[in-house]
Amino acid sequence: MSARSDRGLLAPTDWKRPSVKWSARIAHGALLAGLAVAGLGPMLWLAKAAVTPTQDTLRRPMALWPNGFDFANLAEAWTRVEIDKYFFNTIALAAGSWAVQLLVAATGGYALAVLRPRIGKVISGAVLATLFVPGVVLLVPLYLTILDPPLVGASMLNTFWAVWLPAGANAFNVLLMQRFFANLPREVFEAARVDGAGPYRLFWSIVLPMSRPIIGVVSVFAVIASWKDFLWPMLVLPDPDLQPLSVRLPVLQRFVELDVFLAALAISSLIPIALFLVFQRLFLNGASLGGAVKG
Amino acid sequence: MTSVDTRPAGVAGDRARPRTAARPGRPGGLLSRARGGLPTLVFLAPMLVVFGVFSWLPIGRAVVMSFQRTNLVADPVFVGVANFQQVFADPLLWTAVQNTAYFAALALVFGYPIPLVAAVLMSEVRKMRGLFSALAYLPVVVPPVVAVLLWKLFYDAGEDGVFNTILGWVGLGPFAWLQESDIVMPALVLEATWAAAGGTVIIYLAALTGVDPSLYEAAEIDGGGVWRKVWHITLPQLRGILLVTFILQIIGTVQVFLEPFLFTDGGPANRTLTLLLLIYRYAFTNSLGGDYGAAAALSLMLAVVLTAFSVLYFRLTRSWSNA
Repeated sequence: MSARSDRGLLAPTDWKRPSVKWSARIAHGALLAGLAVAGLGPMLWLAKAAVTPTQDTLRRPMALWPNGFDFANLAEAWTRVEIDKYFFNTIALAAGSWAVQLLVAATGGYALAVLRPRIGKVISGAVLATLFVPGVVLLVPLYLTILDPPLVGASMLNTFWAVWLPAGANAFNVLLMQRFFANLPREVFEAARVDGAGPYRLFWSIVLPMSRPIIGVVSVFAVIASWKDFLWPMLVLPDPDLQPLSVRLPVLQRFVELDVFLAALAISSLIPIALFLVFQRLFLNGASLGGAVKG
Repeated sequence: MTSVDTRPAGVAGDRARPRTAARPGRPGGLLSRARGGLPTLVFLAPMLVVFGVFSWLPIGRAVVMSFQRTNLVADPVFVGVANFQQVFADPLLWTAVQNTAYFAALALVFGYPIPLVAAVLMSEVRKMRGLFSALAYLPVVVPPVVAVLLWKLFYDAGEDGVFNTILGWVGLGPFAWLQESDIVMPALVLEATWAAAGGTVIIYLAALTGVDPSLYEAAEIDGGGVWRKVWHITLPQLRGILLVTFILQIIGTVQVFLEPFLFTDGGPANRTLTLLLLIYRYAFTNSLGGDYGAAAALSLMLAVVLTAFSVLYFRLTRSWSNA
């Protein structure tokens, strides 16, 4: 097995040829340099500019601290510009969206894959069909639904529910969960049933604990997507006190000094980048799923 | 497989319904006594409610609304195809269609070949491949609003702008990136490509690990060099996934909103006014109150075109993942 998977396009004999070996090394070096400049460069610049006085950033943007650091930017952004408030709004929005998405996808996926009701095929189809509907269609009617939701009777505008609940209608999540549950060994379910476990016990004590990998993938997707979201929270949260960072930052740009604003940008990127560094494998595995089932 | 389903009702559960218990042999009828019962309904409920209210209903409403004159004050009135006529009569529609097509085309030129070349090179990296993928993927996790606002600063038109400083080292510029009507769109696409390319690289990398090494071995026996292997094996093997990323990219770029909205708000002189920006303006920035009908009509037309792409995409991924 190792002998097979060790090789790719280039054969071991290719690697022994100096011309191939050196062109590959040069190409890889150039690629690494290019990736470092393009991928890391802008973020390093942001990290530098976040602790640099405004005038230095404006006059000599590529110089490294010609007149020293300005760490006060970070504190000022956090307190005076109230980045802390928008930061916690962002976290609240991400946490709620995550909870709703997980609830909907896990219970729905379980019902469709394990309980398999008679109308399961129809429901599956209706959920799957929403994958084909581009997001743009929902913009206006969903906004009107938030203004005047059925059953609730009161507008959901300026409540976090306006972001949390629509986030749950994610067919991709349901599909992922459903596929994963359907591939769990059914013998385990049967054994649990023999031991007297009903559908609730089976879900909570057997299926969920066995599904950590897929729950991880869906969770990462949910948190990152919520952190990235801009247009929808901007529409349904016009009250600045409720807005997340993404909605607030473009407004702040107009009346906050540049150095403090850059500190705010840096703070806003911190959590997603930290999450990525910690859960790298989960992110990259999840990203490659995109080619397989994402819509 | 033991015949659990044929046990008499009541051994392990008590929600048996004769109708379901009478059909023990159905494939997958493991929890057959729960089929259609209360627990199933409990588990289905969150999905049915959330999808019903926030997906199925609004989709239906989008179709209805596009034939209505709707504002939030008066009751909606059916107006036939008047909304569509109004949209087609808007001279800005054609500007937006052209700009959107231009954005999508440029995004293909910038964003299609680069990730492929990067992924093919990366798949031959033996050490530190994780570092390569992490660097490539990092821009994808940067919040898009942060990325755009940061790049807006990079694109500063002054001599001391970040990009103009760098280009100044080699004697180029300064350029008015976001103000000049000929370079504003490429500037927007450059940022969008930076923000998205990493995801495509990862998809290609996953596909490349699926290429059967024996194909390369066979080509080597036939005396094929490195370039011939790339051309005759790697690329044909990636054909399916290349089509998938192509379609995904079209669906994504045609719905571009963030870049034109935050970089230029459609300017200069509507050079970056895209279809989504136009829909947004119809619905949400109209001083006379939202023209929801026109916005819905334009969304619907765009959606029909994109849905055709999505369906194509789905059929391809299906046949591709079954292969």
